[in-house]
Amino acid sequence: MPREGILVRTPYERITDEQVQQIHHASMEILSDPGLISFNKDAAEIFRSNGADVTTVSSGDNPSWLIRIPEELVLSAVDSTNKTVKLGARNLENILVMKGDEPRVFFITGSETNTWLDVDFQTYVRKSEPATEIRVPEFHPRRGTVADLCKSAHVCEHLQTVDGYIRTVNIQDKDITEDNKDVNKFFASLNNTTKHVMSGLTSLHQLDNVVRMAELIVGGKEQLKENPIISFITCLVKSPLQFVEDTTDTFIEVCRRGLPVVVSSSPQAGTSAPIRESGIMAQINAEVLAGITLSQLVNKGTPVLYGSVPVRARMDTLGDSYGSVETSQYNIDCVQMARFYKIPNYSTSGVCDAKIPGQQSSIGRLFSDLVVTLSGPQFLHCAYGLLDCNAIFCLLQAVLDDAHFQMIKFLLKPALIGEKEISETLTQIREVVATPQKMYIRHIRPVMRSGEISPPYPFEGDLASDNVFALAYERMNELLAKPVEHIDSITTSKIFQEIPGLLPRLNVYEGRS
Amino acid sequence: MIEDIIAVLKENVIQGRRTVDDEGIDEALSGKPGVVELTQSALDNNIPLERIITQGLTAGMQVVGEKFAQKEYFIPDMLASAEAVGEAMEILKPHLEASDVQTKGKFVIATVKGDIHDIGKNIVAVLLKGAGYEVVDLGIDVPTEKIVEVVKESETQFLGLSALLTTTMLVMREVIEALKQSKIRDKVKVLIGGAAVSDEYAKEIGADAYCVDGFHAINVLDSFQKAGAQ
Repeated sequence: MPREGILVRTPYERITDEQVQQIHHASMEILSDPGLISFNKDAAEIFRSNGADVTTVSSGDNPSWLIRIPEELVLSAVDSTNKTVKLGARNLENILVMKGDEPRVFFITGSETNTWLDVDFQTYVRKSEPATEIRVPEFHPRRGTVADLCKSAHVCEHLQTVDGYIRTVNIQDKDITEDNKDVNKFFASLNNTTKHVMSGLTSLHQLDNVVRMAELIVGGKEQLKENPIISFITCLVKSPLQFVEDTTDTFIEVCRRGLPVVVSSSPQAGTSAPIRESGIMAQINAEVLAGITLSQLVNKGTPVLYGSVPVRARMDTLGDSYGSVETSQYNIDCVQMARFYKIPNYSTSGVCDAKIPGQQSSIGRLFSDLVVTLSGPQFLHCAYGLLDCNAIFCLLQAVLDDAHFQMIKFLLKPALIGEKEISETLTQIREVVATPQKMYIRHIRPVMRSGEISPPYPFEGDLASDNVFALAYERMNELLAKPVEHIDSITTSKIFQEIPGLLPRLNVYEGRS
Repeated sequence: MIEDIIAVLKENVIQGRRTVDDEGIDEALSGKPGVVELTQSALDNNIPLERIITQGLTAGMQVVGEKFAQKEYFIPDMLASAEAVGEAMEILKPHLEASDVQTKGKFVIATVKGDIHDIGKNIVAVLLKGAGYEVVDLGIDVPTEKIVEVVKESETQFLGLSALLTTTMLVMREVIEALKQSKIRDKVKVLIGGAAVSDEYAKEIGADAYCVDGFHAINVLDSFQKAGAQ
């Protein structure tokens, strides 16, 4: 049985059907005029050979081509996409099945941050009353390592609401180079979680090693097709409307191998996209559709996700403001656009502007987590532990976010109202109003133990003081102490023999008898 | 047989099963006698009252309290058990009056004049009954004169006053003044509770204690009992 996620039975829609059509038509116009600039020759050739109008813009060291994509080419590509995308997992119970027209949400980690935030607790003494001590969390940023990536995958394996794992931190150890980064980040993730693993690729040269590693884990090429335990994110489009040379190469190669891939576009309203909602929506939709079209021209039927990471610019710095309300609005619009094309949507929430866990981060992320979930994206990423937009990852925050998602999932449980329930209710009401005390408390008990009552907030203190961080920290350490199911020793041995560049310290069996 | 009845009575208190029709936590008990039937059965088998109370009802409530402290049980569980014990005590009442076995004392409880809120008051009443107190519940919107009259006539040792509103909490002071005027203030301990009141307010109006909830009330009453015994 695959993971259930949570089905949003009546998704929140921000834009009307007419507005969806208006955005769609505007995107079609954009793709034919002004079209996209491609810095990737193969992409230009593929579009040219399939009937797009391709002209050379510049040649020499940095050649580029203008691609004008006719509407019928885009619509035909949209038609040929798989409307159901399956993301496999080492544990078959963790497989994700996403249908483009079904608002069933899966909650995923990510995205890759450079900074890992350590937490420790210091004790302070009140000056005026030295007997009074308080414990206060302190946060220490540092560069992420492969050990951190293992630790984060380990905890996310045990977090109840995490449905899949996108690498949370960029591994920057001294012995990590461009040539071995991909194999190590995929192995560190796959070895510490049995959930689906998705990542970007640093070097195209590592693609086949990563794919081979996955084949060794599942037992072969065909098995990997049947159970794609890995998938890829590619930012092939740079806003506004440009195919990037290297990431487009990666994208094309992933498509050729038929593995699931996200076409991700992340325009910023105000700088790389128009500031108004209509503008950023028309542009991001055009950018994602251009990538989806390319995927189907390379390999018809490539499982592809409509990846949207729109954001509004801050007015003080023109940096990203993921915590802005508009960012959630854009994401909801994108969910609706993807559903219009019946392509599963890779959406974004839970990214906040705050640099440390605290009230701002809680308010910002819970707001976007809730409203974007209500719109019914299939693959909701960035949802755990991200701070300072997507620059910092904090494992403690991921544990706190899991509690948010438990609440959101509970909220979206179907209402238990039917003939049986109404009949029982009438009997109960008649019975209780006839008693002198008129209390329904007696009837709580069977419901309380059936799972119908939402649990209390897991990090609730004594209500007179706020111990949320300390309790979440305890929980995080409990989860780290729980074992995870690593890749078995024989497969691990094969992987280390066959895949070059893996760090010996990642072999959990090394040194064991 | 006697051992069995007492053990099953205790288990049914733990399960919070008032009667044969009640669901407990353990489905295996469904359709079997609850606390009410078992208490009657214990009487029919001439089991001594003290044994029914201490080894059956009180011992069961003690386990319930432990489970509550360990967060295995919640307030609805506690109330279900307390309610079952309260009903058992009603069955035992005529037998207790004819014997030398004492209850923990009489407790008159009321929501004061002008206030119709009674959820908290009812919960306190159920819990105190379950804890072995003889509870006289006067209900809601009770005139001050009526409270004073019942306290006087019943010779109760304890009076509980409840108010939810900031407007009706003022009536609590009137009740205490009326008890003084009737010269019975020193014969009764007055406990106050409800969302509007506080420890500070209890001191201000001359009440003997402020109770946050029913469990706190049991502790306060037990401390009064201990102080009285010394």
